[in-house]
Amino acid sequence: MNAKSLKVDFLARVEGEGGFHLKVKDQSVKEAKLNIFEPPRFFEAFLRGRKFTEAPDITARICGICPIAYQMSACHAAEDAFAAKPEGAIRELRRLIYCGEWIESHALHIYLLHAPDFLGYEDAIQMAKDHPDAVQRGLRLKKIGNAIMTLLGGREIHPINIRVGGFYKAPSKAQLQTLEEDLKWARDASVETALWVATFTFPDFQRDYEFVALRHPSEYPLNEGRLVSNKGLDIPISEYEQHFAEEHVQHSNALHSTLQERGAYFVGPLARYNLNFEKLSPAAKDAAKRSGLGRECRNPFQGILVRAVETVYACDEALRIISTYNPPDRPAIEVVPRAGMGHGCTEAPRGILYHKYAFDERGLILSAKIVPPTAQNLKTIEEDLTDYVSTRLHLPNDRLQWQCEQAVRNYDPCISCATHFLRVRIERE
Amino acid sequence: MNASSSTVFIGVGNPFRSDDGAGIAVVRRLRGEVPPRVRIQEESGDGTELLEAWKDADCVILVDAVLSGAPPGTIHRLDARTEKLPTWFSHSSTHAFGVAEAIELARAMGDLPARLIVYGIEGLDFSAGTELSPEVAEVVPAAANLILQEILHLPAVRSAGST
Repeated sequence: MNAKSLKVDFLARVEGEGGFHLKVKDQSVKEAKLNIFEPPRFFEAFLRGRKFTEAPDITARICGICPIAYQMSACHAAEDAFAAKPEGAIRELRRLIYCGEWIESHALHIYLLHAPDFLGYEDAIQMAKDHPDAVQRGLRLKKIGNAIMTLLGGREIHPINIRVGGFYKAPSKAQLQTLEEDLKWARDASVETALWVATFTFPDFQRDYEFVALRHPSEYPLNEGRLVSNKGLDIPISEYEQHFAEEHVQHSNALHSTLQERGAYFVGPLARYNLNFEKLSPAAKDAAKRSGLGRECRNPFQGILVRAVETVYACDEALRIISTYNPPDRPAIEVVPRAGMGHGCTEAPRGILYHKYAFDERGLILSAKIVPPTAQNLKTIEEDLTDYVSTRLHLPNDRLQWQCEQAVRNYDPCISCATHFLRVRIERE
Repeated sequence: MNASSSTVFIGVGNPFRSDDGAGIAVVRRLRGEVPPRVRIQEESGDGTELLEAWKDADCVILVDAVLSGAPPGTIHRLDARTEKLPTWFSHSSTHAFGVAEAIELARAMGDLPARLIVYGIEGLDFSAGTELSPEVAEVVPAAANLILQEILHLPAVRSAGST
């Protein structure tokens, strides 16, 4: 196995394309480089000179999988700059549509992208032949998430009903109630999902991560909260840039995010779960317990399990919102632009998504900065790969590649912005 | 549902990803040209959405940008009922579960539409941007015309048109 270099074909089942490169020498990992993400610089440039009202729709185009997250972070940032704060039913509707996105995104990742790794299939298509019922359940779950997005957003891909200040049109109570029956099925199906995933074998692996997520005093975080970590971070989102840095790394177009004081950090379902467990609904806590999860989970391979628990929560929360909903007097509050800076940070399915805009007095965008969750996890993924591979170097390359892919997919990396195909390269010297 | 209402014409892509918008460009060019009984749909390429989009359809014509290694602007045509989609078909997509996966999953579960024709337009540049490459933009009218002729000659469309 000396001086061996292997080029492996495309890494499937991560959103978009990219690549990673492992360099092995003298039975140890010398380098693990991940190049699967292109920062949304084009969009940042494209936003300059446009009106604040356009930011939600333009940024939603960055990702077809989590458009709501982009729209929400953009709306909150503009509202922050213009001192507007939608409350009551508008705020509830925002949580509801976000629940829809979590359900559809988590269902896609659990069933069609990650489960095949655990069950030993090349992909969901092969898995469907042996597990058609599971695949059908995943597809129906995802569809129910999409139905929420369609009802509130106008359409599920790049929803058009969301605006700074609220919505263009608010649904009636009766319209929301049409979702109830499906959501009850979805809640049960999510519990089943958790119990199904709990039967998978998880590699014994964990590291001393710094988990970062939003935390809200009374709810599991979606749109609002302070940024907290398990290592003492506790800041308002407006201080994001004082604590987090983006460093340019040579092997990649990507910017790697780090915490200035401590380096790599971990965002997404595991981080939310560990930092907000008490805020989960009773049904979600129960599903966690029944599937063997403790109050804390540090094994990234169990992220698939936490996603299932969060799907239970999202269904529960959607049902709660629908049952207490009364339409707002107006679908949006008035927003009057003024010169200033605004910050938005919300919990995309994959973790915190940070937006910052500078506006002039007419509300035109002077500058934009967008930090997606996948960019924030890149450094942690590289460190995971280095550690994980180090103890498995005896494996043949194809087996090693499989396990690396599985480890990358723990983070559900959304690399829609990537323009290069993902090639896995394991180089042994 | 009558036969004609179950024909769907789907354009796939992201117009903010340069040539990835080729399929959408074709669909937009044909709006108003295809008979009204043919349902037209624009999709981002999320495979599960495609499964929904053609769920009740007997006949589906789909157009997407692809990256196979052929010269940019090459127009591919595949009959998905009779041939497996080549792996390169989904590699231009920003979705992990894209067009090829949706078709193969539907095949695995016995859910393929009775007729499924897939057009691919070879792209060059899939980076962020709103313009098609000249080589790709140039073939959009020809691709649109080919697809229009195919749609007009579909048995379901023809028989509905004659009544």
